[in-house]
Amino acid sequence: MRRVWRTVLLLGALLGLAALFLFVMMRSGPLAPVPVTAAAVEKRSVAPALYGIGVVESGAVFRVGPTSPGRVREVFVEVGDRVEAGQKVAVMDPVDLDQRRAAQEASIARLEASVRAASARTSETGARKEYAQAQSKRYDNLLKSGAVSVDAAEAKRQERLVTAAAWTSANADLQASRAELERAKADLAALASQKENLDLLAPAAGLVSARASEPGTTAVAGQAVVEIIDTGSIRVSVRFDQATASGLRAGLPADIVLRSGNGRVSGGAILRVEPVADPVTEELIAKAVFSEMPDPLPPLGELAEVTVKLPPLPETPVVPDGALQRYAGRRGVWIIINGAIVFRPVTTGRRDLAGTVQILEGLEGGERVVVYSARALTPKNRVKVLETLEGMKP
Amino acid sequence: MISLAGRDILHGWGKFTLTGLGLGLLIGVTLTMGGVYRGMVDDARVLLDNSGADLWVVQQETLGPYAESSSIYDDAWRSVAGMPGVEAAANVTYLTTQVRRGTEDVRAMVVGVDPGMPGSPGQPGYLTAGRHIARSHYEAVADAATGFRTGDEIRIRRNTYTVVGLTRRMVSSGGDPMIFIPLKDAQEAQFLKDNDSILQQRRRTASNPSLNRPGVPGLLESVIASQSANLNVNAVLVRLLPGADPEETAAHIRRWLRLEVYTREQMEEILLGKLIATSSRQIGMFLVILAVVSAAIVAFIIYTLTLGKIREIAVLKLIGTKNRTIVAMILQQAVGLGVLGFMIGKISATFWAPFFPKFVLLEARDAVTGFAAVIVMCVLASFLAIRAALRVDPAEAIGG
Repeated sequence: MRRVWRTVLLLGALLGLAALFLFVMMRSGPLAPVPVTAAAVEKRSVAPALYGIGVVESGAVFRVGPTSPGRVREVFVEVGDRVEAGQKVAVMDPVDLDQRRAAQEASIARLEASVRAASARTSETGARKEYAQAQSKRYDNLLKSGAVSVDAAEAKRQERLVTAAAWTSANADLQASRAELERAKADLAALASQKENLDLLAPAAGLVSARASEPGTTAVAGQAVVEIIDTGSIRVSVRFDQATASGLRAGLPADIVLRSGNGRVSGGAILRVEPVADPVTEELIAKAVFSEMPDPLPPLGELAEVTVKLPPLPETPVVPDGALQRYAGRRGVWIIINGAIVFRPVTTGRRDLAGTVQILEGLEGGERVVVYSARALTPKNRVKVLETLEGMKP
Repeated sequence: MISLAGRDILHGWGKFTLTGLGLGLLIGVTLTMGGVYRGMVDDARVLLDNSGADLWVVQQETLGPYAESSSIYDDAWRSVAGMPGVEAAANVTYLTTQVRRGTEDVRAMVVGVDPGMPGSPGQPGYLTAGRHIARSHYEAVADAATGFRTGDEIRIRRNTYTVVGLTRRMVSSGGDPMIFIPLKDAQEAQFLKDNDSILQQRRRTASNPSLNRPGVPGLLESVIASQSANLNVNAVLVRLLPGADPEETAAHIRRWLRLEVYTREQMEEILLGKLIATSSRQIGMFLVILAVVSAAIVAFIIYTLTLGKIREIAVLKLIGTKNRTIVAMILQQAVGLGVLGFMIGKISATFWAPFFPKFVLLEARDAVTGFAAVIVMCVLASFLAIRAALRVDPAEAIGG
């Protein structure tokens, strides 16, 4: 009896081993069914969103500097100071400008004196001219009555002409001196405005963002001494990948996340899309403004992520983007029909940031499609539909 | 008719089972070694399959993005896309690096892909969880072998990426799991230096009098900007139109764009024949030795098993059993042992294969070959044993 039991037990063990072997052969290798997850194709609307990163910048950065080369004498503001329009922020070294002004003032005084002298000369020659005219007239009358000789009358007439010419000359001298004085005065005014030009003034109210040159530095024309940013126009210059940026336009609402903001979302909107795109990085550039300016102000140059929400699109069949696979050179989805899988090529539309893709052609909605699969599928594969593939052995 | 072999096995079943088990584990090791070799080759093949490309466009006179480093301008894809026969072209970068996961780090190949619609060349072909990359920055799809889960954060160089999707069997030729990130981030990860070296480079540039000239405002800034720009990728993956001739398109690209192009066959040759050639030959050599040793051990086991029964065989002969019956008994036992050993070997190999750190591919074809080899070995070994059994003198049964 014991022998029979032993035989049965051994045969049973053998059968068990054979069954395990068969199971192993069927469940691993190419004969095994591919674990997949499935979902029904929904019909709903997709609200695509655009995602880009950018840097915080100011709409206006005033680089205040001298118009001609010179040495910086003094800078009155520190980085972070607020300045008013017209405030003196720095001054350039005038070098010899003051001395030149003194020289100019002295030459004006000299010219004024020479104008006075010319004017006196005019009066003198004028008096001489009038006397000579009167004498000439009297001698002409005396000649008619024969009281004087022709010679004497001729002499008086010549004297009249000479004094008239001297007067004209003195007059011209006076005019010349006056013009010279005017010129000297204009020169002085020019020196004064050159002096004023050495005062570097804030063109608008704002925040000092940089002291680019310290006192003693020689700055060339156009080099900034102080940089002032317009805090009213802080915004984000965002770059969007050209391939996915369709629908981007001004006025769309945007969520802005600053890199230092620890994920905090600030509301905003697209101010404008720049008319010139970047051909090298293949990106569109847009400006996004905060609806409420963050406090403290974000530093210029900080990175920010911007998500632009586009209006929802009309209802279409949609699938998760994981369901899209390529087979035989076409993009499509695997449909499960009675436990078998069939490849269906589809035309895709837009995709939202959650990975939901519009299907424009190829699906009606309601079909069961493979979403995740443990490997690339072919029509010969058997599939085993699971709830999830997460946690499966890699 | 009564089965002599069966009766004998039942008689000494403990010995038979233990021998079968030992034999089975040995066969299991051999099958696993074969699987390791196949897995190695498959890793290389799967890298090519997963890239979804028909042609690889790389830097001139380099051996592609996998076997050698290659660097081409990132706008080269546009010229490639315009070549006859090309359906799609996409930039790609590959960077093998240590990626931090919590407190430890994982060796992974970071792949920079164009985050377009799924199915573009370079993108993972299928997912096991989550979704594909939808944003053009800071998202990642990871191979499950990296140990990441969806929602995890990965830090690669200075940026943090959120794992949005998982995939499987996306490995480099070395078996390192892949992490897919958007191309622009990957370019940064690969070509942008760390902050310290950027600062040092800026300082060096600033102290170079010819680059920081007084009187030329803006010169230093533009020099620094041009130093930190990176506009390179490792390769352009090309998918051809259906029916296009790969060789013809490759010749066009080589001739007019002066870039190196590899077709699928050439790439496979590079990966299998050059990149993993020595390591796979190493494994292959070991596999051959292991197979020979296993065969020898199987033969010896069968032979000694029969020799252990020499007295019983003599008794059988003494009672007039036909030689044919004895031969059949030995043959049946040997083949039975082979079948049992093979089953145990196959089962054990299948169960321990997933615990290997790298992929072990147990192919059905290998299993069939292995089975045939085991049976042939058993039959050959039993011939030796049969020869010994038939030469037994029946008198030994009663002798001392």
